[in-house]
Amino acid sequence: MALQMKKRKLNLKERTIDLLKSLCFLSPSLLGVGVFFIVPFGVVVYYSLIDGVGSKNFVFLENFIKLFDNSAFLMAAKNTLSFSAVAVPLAVVLAMGLALMLECRIPLKSQFRTFFLSPMMVPVASVVLIWQVLFNFNGTINEFLMVFGADKIDWLQSDYCQIVVIILFLWKNLGYNMILFMAGLANIPKELLEVADVEGASETYKFFNIKLRYLSPTVLFVTILSLINSFKVFREVYLLTGDYPYEKLYMLQHFMNNTFRSLDYQKLSAAAVVMALVMVVLIALLFVAEDWFGKDVEG
Amino acid sequence: MKKKRYFGRGAMFLLCAVFAILFLLPTVLTITNSFMSESEINANYGMIFSTTTGGYVSKTVNLKFIPDKVTFSQYVTGLIKSPEYLLKLWNSILLVVPIVIFQVAVAAVAAYSFTRWRGKIRSGIFFFYVILMLMPYQVTLVPNYLVSDWLGILNKPWAIILPGIFAPFSVFLLTKFMRRIPYSLIEAAKVDGAGEWQIFTRICLPQCRSALYSIAILVFIDYWNMVEQPLILLQDADSQPLSVFLSNINSGEIGLAFAMATVYMIPSLLLFLHGEEYLVEGIANSGSVKG
Repeated sequence: MALQMKKRKLNLKERTIDLLKSLCFLSPSLLGVGVFFIVPFGVVVYYSLIDGVGSKNFVFLENFIKLFDNSAFLMAAKNTLSFSAVAVPLAVVLAMGLALMLECRIPLKSQFRTFFLSPMMVPVASVVLIWQVLFNFNGTINEFLMVFGADKIDWLQSDYCQIVVIILFLWKNLGYNMILFMAGLANIPKELLEVADVEGASETYKFFNIKLRYLSPTVLFVTILSLINSFKVFREVYLLTGDYPYEKLYMLQHFMNNTFRSLDYQKLSAAAVVMALVMVVLIALLFVAEDWFGKDVEG
Repeated sequence: MKKKRYFGRGAMFLLCAVFAILFLLPTVLTITNSFMSESEINANYGMIFSTTTGGYVSKTVNLKFIPDKVTFSQYVTGLIKSPEYLLKLWNSILLVVPIVIFQVAVAAVAAYSFTRWRGKIRSGIFFFYVILMLMPYQVTLVPNYLVSDWLGILNKPWAIILPGIFAPFSVFLLTKFMRRIPYSLIEAAKVDGAGEWQIFTRICLPQCRSALYSIAILVFIDYWNMVEQPLILLQDADSQPLSVFLSNINSGEIGLAFAMATVYMIPSLLLFLHGEEYLVEGIANSGSVKG
């Protein structure tokens, strides 16, 4: 913002020099991004459109059609989407709740913040061990349930498995999201809330009409971030249950990993392109939604 | 009215406390359980992780916090008797340290460019970086794999280090920090005849020292716990980092797994305790993808 204040109109020569200078500084990063991301992604798009790395016949959408006929891919996509559809909204709402609670001048606020962030440090493998102790058929949670006379549940080998992974996901990500919301809350103009107090606005009114509107960029970002992190939950699932978990836990990354083993470039490329497209569409949709909801408070 | 307020705050405090305990539990368990002897671990968790060692096995699983007898035997086994864990830890360091240093360095230069000059082309590139940053591994791993194959670095540490160095995340975050530096500072330096490189090293970098630190912490934590990349790009078990190898410790030795996990947690824990304020500031600033 501050940097281009009051810039006079530059002539063409100055503009070219500026462009060259800026590209100089950008070049190391741009070069790396080009070599490691852009060029190979172009090749991935190309691979997704040909019938084989050897024969190189152009087949247009055939690989995609095959991909959508592939039951493993469909299952993985369905599981990943249904997991994200539950986990992401929960991660956003609960993190906002935590942030709002910590806002209310309660004692030990900064200690709580530290505790909520602590899951970031724990190595995945030890998280997985603990989760096994908790959710094993003979594990702590089941022992606890039995005290109340409930039946034991085979958490990881039944339809409950997604719950286990959602809890894990929330445990891991809520702290980070909470910090984002706390930063968002700190940016709300204090006068506005004071005026609302003087006018006798209720807490609900203040929340929906003031706080939520100012938080909408944060909500957008936390949603996108949680979405990406929900794709990363594979890490924990993989370490909990291996290459071929219970059906409901077979995620897209499992599909990718297993396809990597057979090095089926066409299948892999088509899957990567589909995912990239889905991500771009989702992100664009979220941007549109945020623009629509928060338009009168920005700027 | 006032009474009701106090009650509400008390309830919130309790709720926060319950949440906090739940959040802290796995960390605390990992650490305390690492000080238990193998037989104590077996007695408590033998039901789940069946082992051949025999001895007393409790009928139920006991989630136990405080060891009966504190022992360092797991650490002795992991760190002294079997060098493979130390080797894997060393692998982790070899992978993560260069990524952190060079990613931040490359990002600082790029962020300066994005801060100092604006224009259609450059904001287009910046937007592209944001999109790239938001892509999940499932999209970027295939391209990474292809390049590593072409360059002949597949199954070598470089296959992880090089793409790591150019990951766009810190470029994005650092640009947001740098855009807060008052333009007058740069203007003044220019009037005094400073070149771009001087403005960058003498003015920009010192101004965002804390930002560099907080980004370094975030990047370190992210890569220290990586699993996906080594699984695909480093299939050779000898060169895998401890984050992946920890899960290979077989279920008969979960005491050892707890101990090694604790060891593995130490660097990030130290960084966290030392730089929590920076970490929080770094996270807080990543808060919006716009602007």
